[in-house]
Formats: sequence, C-alpha cells, structure tokens
Amino acid sequence: MRKMIMTAAMAVPFLVGAAHAQDSLKIGYIDPLSGGGASIGEGGLKTYQFLADELNAKGGILGHKVEIVPMDNKTNPQESLVQAQKAIDAGIHYITQGNGSSVAAALEDFVTKNNSRNPGKELLYFNYAAVDPALTNEKCSFWHFRWDANSDIKMEALTNYMKGEKSIKKVYLINQDYSFGQAVRTEARKMLAAKRPDIQIVGDEVHPLLKVTDFSPYIAKIKASGADTVVTGNWGQDIALLLKAAADAGLKVSWYTYYAGGAGGPTAIKQAGLDHQVYQITEGIPNSGNKTAMGFEKEFRAKENMSLWYPRAVNEMRMFKAAAEKANSLDPVKVAAALEGMKFEVLDGGEGFMRKEDHQFFQPIYISSFGSLKDKAKDPFDEENTGWGWHLVSKIDTAQTILPTTCKMKRPD
Amino acid sequence: MLELIVISTLNGVLFGMLLFLLSSGLTVIFSMMGVLNFAHASFYMLGAFFGYQLTRWIGFWPALVLAPLLVGVVGMAVERYGLRNTHRHGHVAELLLTFGLAFAIEEIVSMIWGKSPVDYRIPAALDFPAFTVFSTNYPAYKIFMLAISVSIFVALLIVLKKTRVGLIVQAALTYPTMVGHLGHNVGRVFMVVFGVGSALAGLAGVIAGPSLVTQSDMASLLGPILFVVIVFGGLGSLPGAFIASLLIGLIQTFAVALNGSLASAFGPLDPSLGPSVLTDIWNVTIAQIAPILPYVLLVLILIVRPMGLLGTRET
Amino acid sequence: MTDATALDELKEQPGGNLRFYGIWLIAAAALIVLPLVFSSGSSLTSFNLIGIAIIFALSYNILLGQTGLLSFGHAVHYGLGGFLAVHVMNAVANYNWPLPLPFIPLVGGVGGLAFAILVGWVMTKRAGTVFAMISLGIGELVASSSLILRSVFGGESGITTDRTALPHMFGWTFGPQRQVYYLIAFWVLVSAIAMYALTRTPLGRICNAVRDNPERVEFIGYDPHVVRYFAYGFAGFFAGIAGGLTAINFEIANSAYLGATQSGIVLFAAFIGGTAYFFGPILGAILVTYLQLGLTNITTVWQLYFGIIFIGIVMFAPGGIAGLLMMHRPLVRAGSWPVVIPSYLLAALPTLVFALGIILSIETVAHYTASEGEGNIINLFGVPFDATAPTTWAVAALLVVGGFLIARLTWRRVADAWDRAATVARDRGYLA
Repeated sequence: MRKMIMTAAMAVPFLVGAAHAQDSLKIGYIDPLSGGGASIGEGGLKTYQFLADELNAKGGILGHKVEIVPMDNKTNPQESLVQAQKAIDAGIHYITQGNGSSVAAALEDFVTKNNSRNPGKELLYFNYAAVDPALTNEKCSFWHFRWDANSDIKMEALTNYMKGEKSIKKVYLINQDYSFGQAVRTEARKMLAAKRPDIQIVGDEVHPLLKVTDFSPYIAKIKASGADTVVTGNWGQDIALLLKAAADAGLKVSWYTYYAGGAGGPTAIKQAGLDHQVYQITEGIPNSGNKTAMGFEKEFRAKENMSLWYPRAVNEMRMFKAAAEKANSLDPVKVAAALEGMKFEVLDGGEGFMRKEDHQFFQPIYISSFGSLKDKAKDPFDEENTGWGWHLVSKIDTAQTILPTTCKMKRPD
Repeated sequence: MLELIVISTLNGVLFGMLLFLLSSGLTVIFSMMGVLNFAHASFYMLGAFFGYQLTRWIGFWPALVLAPLLVGVVGMAVERYGLRNTHRHGHVAELLLTFGLAFAIEEIVSMIWGKSPVDYRIPAALDFPAFTVFSTNYPAYKIFMLAISVSIFVALLIVLKKTRVGLIVQAALTYPTMVGHLGHNVGRVFMVVFGVGSALAGLAGVIAGPSLVTQSDMASLLGPILFVVIVFGGLGSLPGAFIASLLIGLIQTFAVALNGSLASAFGPLDPSLGPSVLTDIWNVTIAQIAPILPYVLLVLILIVRPMGLLGTRET
Repeated sequence: MTDATALDELKEQPGGNLRFYGIWLIAAAALIVLPLVFSSGSSLTSFNLIGIAIIFALSYNILLGQTGLLSFGHAVHYGLGGFLAVHVMNAVANYNWPLPLPFIPLVGGVGGLAFAILVGWVMTKRAGTVFAMISLGIGELVASSSLILRSVFGGESGITTDRTALPHMFGWTFGPQRQVYYLIAFWVLVSAIAMYALTRTPLGRICNAVRDNPERVEFIGYDPHVVRYFAYGFAGFFAGIAGGLTAINFEIANSAYLGATQSGIVLFAAFIGGTAYFFGPILGAILVTYLQLGLTNITTVWQLYFGIIFIGIVMFAPGGIAGLLMMHRPLVRAGSWPVVIPSYLLAALPTLVFALGIILSIETVAHYTASEGEGNIINLFGVPFDATAPTTWAVAALLVVGGFLIARLTWRRVADAWDRAATVARDRGYLA
C-alpha cells in the first residue's frame, strides 16, 4: 500500500501536487518512516490506513474517500516542516503527527504562521502522541488538537491512583533529560507532595536521551536508595535497557511507566521476567473489558498483525468524521470550530471531550500491569507474542484527569 | 557509600571491558593498516545479528564461534574488493569508504531484521546470578563477557609481540615493499588482518547482543565512543586501548553514581537572576553530563598529547 | 589533484575575462528566472534547501578540498550560526532594532566565525586524523551541550522566531516563500563569488600548498598552523551564513542543526560533487538535497541508496562528479571526444540494466521483510512486481548477474576507447 511509484523519480521534488485527484480527502501522515524511529512510524501508518479503510467502508467523510498520505520526517523537525510544506502544495488541509515533542512544537508553530499568512491554505494539525504539556499551554494554537493525554494529565491520573496505594513509601524518579522527561519529574514531585506528603522521593535522576548503553550504574543507585517504586517516562531503548539492567541486578520494585508498552518494551519485560511489576498509564488497553473495543482490537490484530498502540487514533479519526458532519464542510476552519468542545464516546468506553480553551482531549485513563495472563477469557490479548499481556489495574475517570491550562488562544476572526 | 563505590567499580570494569572488546579489533586494524574503520561498529552489529540468527538455528555456543567467522569473511571481502582498490587514493578515501559502508550496513540490517529490537537472549547455561554484593546480583553472563575480553587482550598481545606472524604484519605496515620482496603477500596479510579485526568486532557483537539491545541502531550508538577509546589510548596501541576502555568505563559509571552539581556544592543561585546559561550550568549534575565526558577527554588529550595516552605516532 | 578550475583557466585565456564574468552573470540570471519557471510551492522549498546546501557544501570544501582538513563536525558552525541568527531575529523584533532580515545571514556568519576563532586555534594545530578526531569530539560535545544549556538552545524543541516581525525592506515582508527564495538566492550568489575569490587570493593558494605539503610551506616562511586556522575561520563563517539562512527559511533553530547527521550530509555532498574543483560541491549539494527530498518520498531504504552511491563514488570516481566531468576536458579540447561516445552509449544499456537489477533486488527484499502478507506489490517505474513471487526474485537476480557480466565487457571497451582518445589528446598536447 506504500507509495512506491518510481516513475516520477526524477521529477518528484518539483512536481508533487500537480497530479493529485481532487476528490478524496487527504490526511498527511507526518512521522518517521525511515531511520531509527521507523518501526514506530510504520505502526502508526498501518493504524491510520486501517482507520481510513474503516471510514471508507461506510462511505468516507461527507462522501469523500479518506486517503492517508505517508510523509517521512525521519523524526527531524526541519524535515517535518518540509513535509508540511509539501502537504500544503499538494492541496492537503489536514496533517497528523505524533512522534517527538520537538517535531510537534515545530509543526504547531509552522501551522500557526502558515495559516495566518496564507488564508485559504489552512492546515489543521491533529496530534495523536506528542505529550509535551507546553503544546496546549503556553504554545497552544487554534490549529492544533491533541488526542493523547499530555504528560501532566497522565501524572495527575497516575498520582490519583498512587494516592490510594499505601504500599508505596519511597519513590525514585528516573527520566530522560529533555522537555518531556523534565515535565514528568517536576509534576511527579509536585503532585506526590500534594497528594501523598508521606511518600519520600529518594532519588530524582535525569539521563541523556537515547545515549545510555548500560543502565547498571543507575540501577545501583536506585538500589542503594532503598526505593520501592520507580516512576519513569522513558521510552524506546531507554526503557528496555533500564528494565533489563534492573532484572540483571535483581532489583525488585514496582515500575510506573508511560511507555513500557512501546515497540520492544513487552519483549524486554518478558525477557527480564518482571511479572506484573511494570505498570503503564495509557488512554486505552487491549484487555479493557469493553466488548466493542475488544472486538475492534481483534479485527485490527487479525488484519495488521500488530496490537492497537493508538486507541486515541481511533477517537481522532472518528471525531474528525463527526466534526466534519456537524460542520457539514471539509473547510479546516469550520471543522476546527466544530471540534471545539465536542463530546465523544471513546473507543474503550466512557465520555471524553475536546476542551475549547486549549484543544486538549480529556478521556478516561487506564493503569495496567504487564505479565502472565491468568484468565484468558477476561484478558485474551498478549503482546509481541510473549504470552504476557496488559491486565487492567485501575480506570481513572475523565473527571479525575482534568487540569487547568494557561492557554490564551488566538482565534481567527 | 562504600556499597556504591564497590558496585560502581564493578560496573565500570564490566563496561570498560566491553568497550575494550569492541575497540581491540579497531585498534588492531589501525595499527596494521593505518585505516580508521568507520564501519567497525557496523561489524559489531553484524556480529550481534548473525549471533542472534545462528542462535535460533543452531544454538548459542556454535553461534559464538561461527558468527565472528562469518563477520570476518565479510570483513575480508570488504578489504579485498573495497579498501584495496581505494588504497591508492589515500587514507581519506579509505576512511570515507568505510563511512559509506556504515550507512549501507545499518540499512541492510534493518531491512532484513526490521527496526525493532530482536529477542536475543542470554543462553540458559549462563542465565544465573554469579554472586551477590550488597544484595546486588552479578549475572554470570557479565563475568563470562569479562573473561572473554581479558583472554582476547592477552592473546592479541602475545600474537603481535611474540610471534613471527605479528612481526610480519607490523613490518608490512611500515615497509610494504620490503616485506613483499621477502616473499610475503602483503595484500593477503592486510586482508587477513582486516578479517581478524572484523571478526573481533563480530565476537563483541555476539556476546554483547544479549546483554544490550540488539537493534539496527546499535552501531551508531556505540560507534563514536569507540573512536574516543582508541584515540584516547593512542592510535594503534593495544595496551593504550585497554587502559582507555577501563578509564572511560569507570569515569562513566562513577559520574552516574555521583549526584554533584555546582548548585549542590555552592548552594542554589539567586532565583532573581532568572534562567540563563549560568543557571543551566549551575544546576547540571555530573550524572547528566556522564555520556559526554568521554568527548571532553578526547578533545583534551588531543590538544595536550595528540598521540594519545600510549601512542607513538600522530596519524 | 589539480588546482586549476574551469573558471580559472577561462580567465587566463585571451578574452577569458568576458566568459569568466559571463558565467556568474548567467548564474545570476538563472537564479532570477528559476522561480518564474517552476513556481509551485514545493519547487520553491526545494530551491531554498538546495541554495542553503550549496553554501554549506562550498564552505566545507574550504576545509576538505582546499586545505585538506577532513572535518566530522562542520555542522557545529552551521548550527551555531543558525542559533545566533534566531536569537538576533527575536531581539530585533523585541527591541525594534533597525536591522532588516536580509542582513541576518551575516549575523549567522559571525556566529559561525566566532566559534571557529574560539576552538580553531587548538583544533588546527595538526591536520589529518588528529584534526578529524577533534572535530568529531567537538561536534559531539556541542551537540550534547545544546541539550543541556536549555536557556540558549531551547532544549530539543529549539527556538522559534518570526521572520516577518523584522523591519521590512523594499516593502517585502519575507512571509511568502518566493521572497525568501530571492533572499537565499542573493546570498548564494554573494557567498559563492566570495568563496571563489578566496581561492584566488594568496591565502587560498597557500591553503592548497598546506594541503599538499605542509613542510615545504614551512620552509618558505609560512606557518601551516596559521594558514589552517584562517581556512577554518572562513569555513566557519560561510557555514554560519548557511545556518542563518536555514534559520530564516524554517524560522526555527534546534539541536538537530548541530548534529552528526548534518555534518555527515555535508561531507557526502562535498565528496560526491568532487572536492578538487570549485563547482564540485555545488553539484554535490544539488544532487544530495535532491535525493534527500525525492528518494524519501519513494523508498524507505533511501539511506541504503545513499550509502551505495557514496561507496560507488569513493571507489570508482574519487574525484566526484566534477572529477568525472573534468576528465573529459582535454578530450573536448583535443577534439577526440567523439571516440568515447559510442562506447559510452554501448555501456549505458547493460549498466542501466545492472542498476535496475540492484534497485529491484533491494526493493524486493525491503518489501518482503517489511510487510508480512500485505502490500507486497512493488511498483517499479510503473511496472508492478510481487515481492513474494519467485519470478520477481529470479528476474532481479538475472538483471544483476546478467547486467554485471555484460556491463563488464562494455566497460572494457570504454577503457579502450578512452585510451585511444587520451592518446590523441596527449599527442595534441592537451593532456600530460
């Protein structure tokens, strides 16, 4: 299904946009499709193509066929801007992106400038995974909508859960040294201090992003601190290596993570043998217990041969359709207006809403643990063929996840 | 505190030995052929993936022998069909060839094995804690890695310094024509040397793969550090590489273990100053800068002593 | 390696002056007309990127081609120039300084130069491997520090700016792409002329001497260290200009500017184009940017093609594209070039078949492994292939092996023809 037409190889950079049919509704998917982040980007692409097929089977959006246009950004902000420009030139009005807050910040800024300079060529940016809180706070834009809970919201939900866990006494924070990791650690400190003043923060570590090959020194520190719980926003190899090193050293703690479920994570946890010691906080899980969602998951796995990483992408595409129908238009300005404040029944059940003030979507949040699945009827889905899967620990309702925003949004006149 | 020191030392030595295992091949190639091989980390990655694949087919122990041999063959092919033709264009051209090769190998590996990490496990026979210090387990596998690294170091030293083969090889670098006149096939000597160097990288890959993550970006992750090791130790000096590996391993682990920052030493800055470069520097912890310390060392040593710690010549 | 460039020799010929200035005039005219012919937004985007890449690659060649310094950290100057430009742009907008946008690249240049002056003295003490390794180390250091010094570099999300907020010049807001294009085009022309002029100065000449034989330079009373330092400063300055232009083009500066990838790409561009000739890096920059923009659209394994092209150039044409082109100059002047043309045409077909076979094999493997069960159809030059079908594999193998064997025969003919043509040229005194 990937665009593989080499006919125009020699003319591509100059002729993009000339030869597109005007009838279908195109959504530019700007994410890494080559280089280090490609495995994640490919997974997202498959998800969106599946969702487009689903919409098209029911007649598309307002009679227009939905088409996902893959655009490779190599997780590089500059490259993403080039791709966004290409999208505009190809007459695309909607882009979606998720990997990398740096990319998201660059895109949000670009979209805002472009839309004010080039009326009629507006670009609406649907963010499905970049969780830097700034994107819907000080940097917020009318043209940006976020379906994933930002990292502060997740921390709010997580600490609301930890509040009730009396066994947690000493917490160690270890995060990647960049804006997201910093956001996780500051919020964790602030919120834990407010909700569970008795919890002691015994360590607060940041390490360089994706540069550490051996985590055993960090594990030694965690061990020396006597922590019983580790909170980490690490993703990619940083979580896999961290958990591996922990298992090697025989560290026994509970891991509260944001992204242990990312590609390769489940394999690493299974290898390390950390049965139900690793928790993850997400906006949806495969074994949610919701019949429709689990039916969808089954269908998705059967067709795409991967688990549904992004339940929020489902919400995004379905809400897009609902908003376009509500506005009865594909004009991005009208669709954006229709999305504002929209309430929506999310995939895993429960009502979410797109807050008007900052374009942040609020939804129920799930805490799940990864390990052997005892009840196959209740928890039918495993991950990465490990035989282990996510087991629901707690569901935090939408109301328990709401945080104020500092956003002062400029709306088009 | 004592606990942290003991454990950090152990971790540092283990990490340092892994670095040495990786850099030994690189430094041997450099000392013999004068080629700075940018694709060396790629051979290490090939070793890990070959090891993974062969382990699935025939088990870990045969893979431990076969995978490095395979990587060695690949290395010899690169020397024979690539480097040898480029040699006449000088060392920069050779270096650039390996630079391009690193690009290509990474993509080929991710084409074949995908971009996600593969499930390459420690063999069951070595998957147990060897001993426990201060309630921290030491995996037997890490001890195994340590043992292999040390034996490679000793074996290489003996071969290079004490045997006829080592003499010929060293002579071939300095006086290729003379060695040729003496009846040795210089081309073949270089080819074998390059093959052996690559095989060493491959061996490092096979044994490091299960302990680290075996993934298509593992080469680019470790590549630059290897250069730091061999340049710091002195280009072409095997004992230098050994010392540098240990040193860098220890520095990195101890930097992580320390929590110090200027702010913790002298107290926080007056908040009225606001965010600036100064506050950034003031608040950064040693642990945060641990991974860039090797580069600081690299730059410093090159300025002070361009031939490196134990090196004898500059280029 | 020859120092003489095409332009240079033109100038030395009688009446060459006219032709020499003519080339720059033609270049200027082409830069003006280009966006009128290709006016779509994407072509403007491509032109802008190519223009910046040209300055960057030319600045790199001051080091590699002219002075023989192989740097793995050239992007440091490019990135710092970009960051300084962004900070100054923001300051100009905030404090209403009277500095219009077109001068911002100069600010970038100063940023690149300042850092070059700062680190250059210790870096250029030695050439060769030592310099290459220090540049690698400095590159990593600066790139990593940029993530730690958040207040200056804005962490990984970088620092944004608004190019329209600066004082306008000639009533241009520089919001639209085309106005940015002309700004970049202007700086490309100015920088290229300046860098070309630099090669003609005594400094440029002594740089070449330092590259070829530093000892003899020392004997005639120059300190190679000082010469390298100057060259490094100029390279940093022009790289900074390129960085400043990038900052204007994207209105953002972030740590990706400084990284190893950026340094690698400029090395690719300069080397593929050919470092021995002034116009080599220009060709390389155009080709590499073009491939980056185009290849990524059509194949996921573009990095592999990059690697293969690079290896191919290093092994078979170490002079780069410019080297290949300039090889033919003596033949053209001697009039013996028609001798080689038939053999080229003959060799072209099997070589193409061979290349096609390689492309097909790569795409087949990439598709076979990437998509299990779905999307196995490769559309190569409009012809669909099934990546799982044995026929596809067989065809690919046949094309590669058959193409190679036949191509090898024809390459021999090319060599023969070349020898004959070269002999003629030699007889007529155009080839040494």
